[in-house]
Amino acid sequence: MPGQRMKGWMISLPSMAWLTVFFLLPTLMIFIIAFKPANPLGGLGEGWTLRTWLELGNPNYPSIIWRTLRLSFYCTAACILLGIPFSYYIARAPERRQRALLLLVIIPFWTNFLIRVFAWKAVLHPEGALKHMLVAVGIASPDTMLLYNEWAVLLVMVYTYLPFAIMPLYAAIEKFDFALLDAALDLGAGRATAMRRVFLPGIRRGIQTAVLMVLIPALGSYVIPDILGGPSSEMLGNKIAQRAFADRNLPHSAALSALLCLCVMLPMLMGTLLRRKRTGGAA
Amino acid sequence: MKRSRLPGLTVLILLVFFYLPIVILVINSFNLHKYGGEWSGFTLKWYVRLFQDDAVWHALRNSLIIAGVSTAASTVLGTLAAYALHRSNDRFQKIHHGLIYMPLVLPDILMGMSLLLFFVAVGFQLGLTSICIAHITFCISYVAMVVLARLQDFDFSMMEAAYDLGANSWTATTRVLLPALAPGITAGALLAFTLSIDDFVITFFVAGPGSSTLPVHIYSMMKHSRFMPVINALSTLLLLVTFVAVGSSQLINKQKGADLP
Repeated sequence: MPGQRMKGWMISLPSMAWLTVFFLLPTLMIFIIAFKPANPLGGLGEGWTLRTWLELGNPNYPSIIWRTLRLSFYCTAACILLGIPFSYYIARAPERRQRALLLLVIIPFWTNFLIRVFAWKAVLHPEGALKHMLVAVGIASPDTMLLYNEWAVLLVMVYTYLPFAIMPLYAAIEKFDFALLDAALDLGAGRATAMRRVFLPGIRRGIQTAVLMVLIPALGSYVIPDILGGPSSEMLGNKIAQRAFADRNLPHSAALSALLCLCVMLPMLMGTLLRRKRTGGAA
Repeated sequence: MKRSRLPGLTVLILLVFFYLPIVILVINSFNLHKYGGEWSGFTLKWYVRLFQDDAVWHALRNSLIIAGVSTAASTVLGTLAAYALHRSNDRFQKIHHGLIYMPLVLPDILMGMSLLLFFVAVGFQLGLTSICIAHITFCISYVAMVVLARLQDFDFSMMEAAYDLGANSWTATTRVLLPALAPGITAGALLAFTLSIDDFVITFFVAGPGSSTLPVHIYSMMKHSRFMPVINALSTLLLLVTFVAVGSSQLINKQKGADLP
């Protein structure tokens, strides 16, 4: 029915138009403005240039990009490794306890993200409680620095993104048919083999989702290294903000954003391809 | 199969990990000691100082205005989007779906940066309006997803029944469809409100002078260690608000569940 179709268009129009103007266009602008020169007032100059991209060859950047990839990768690995046993326990618990535990995972989430990061600053502070405890037990010396290094950043990244991993993992494990595991054990598989050959492949989709849910925001981390890291633990996000606010060089931060955008698109694309290959193979 | 102890142990350790910093923060908000390294006595002085800080209240006001406007706009836009996505699956709606989905997966900082570039390029003054635009943009997607889930349970033959009984499309929509979707729309609106109140990264990029929201103001306080205990007090109050909200919604749900036969 042509009228029906027209109606569909009309209903889609407001959100389509809004997202095209305020999401699609600005995102494309990242890639365009990276080729514009900056003007001294902090705005954009006339004409086109490749200078910004050449400046990214500056020895600072490769190390920052490498750190961003490395920390995000460690964080993702840690979240999956901790998330699987955690979600396994929840999924196998009695239903009432399941709901209570899930709520306990989500509640810290309802507190503001900044406040959670800030709370860690107090815990890791040189005058803070953890430091005093560690010194008293003899693990740390009085001049050990818990704050302003890569470890602090990684720790709080795991703290922040772990629930993102737990939710899809829990959903997958909850649907997993545990009779399969018993069958594998009955057929003589050891516990480790049964886990590796039956359980992990069974929750593969959940693991894939969890990886993306952690890896993508981790790559874009900005607040955590900004508050808990030092100059030697900066990530791509910090540089984007510095170029945008401290130096007010918008083309430069656009080029860095374009780079981050590509870093994010790559795992997403790989995820889609993997899924397509699987479903293609099954058909 | 003998159960392994490992999962139970992980749960225990992780729950301590999740709550330890929050508990320490709450305790420190009553601690006379500035950095909370040790307990040097109970005090309410940080709370008093917080209530005397006008900038905090101004920022809270901004946050509430922005959250109100963006919730209203994104709820309307998101609900319409969900309806369009549900009713048709042609190529046009596939593009529409992509546009709705992408903001959910891209890191905040990219959205903040791209909107900043956009506003600068078109010469738009940064302030409350630019923040509202940014918030509406990311809230639409969340509202659309929540309402879409609700639509999947709606039986559209109810609409046809209404038409057969003589309702026009306005009456059928307002008397049949919208009441059925109301819980989904409410949930979407609540989510939008929470996300808007909570957002820091995107707001930080598109805020102008004088338009600090509460998170942006907290961030600027964090840069000075003399404010640390005051932020503890503020955070404790915000935690309290969260717990009361969550607790009461749980109670309401439980009561609703009990009412059912």
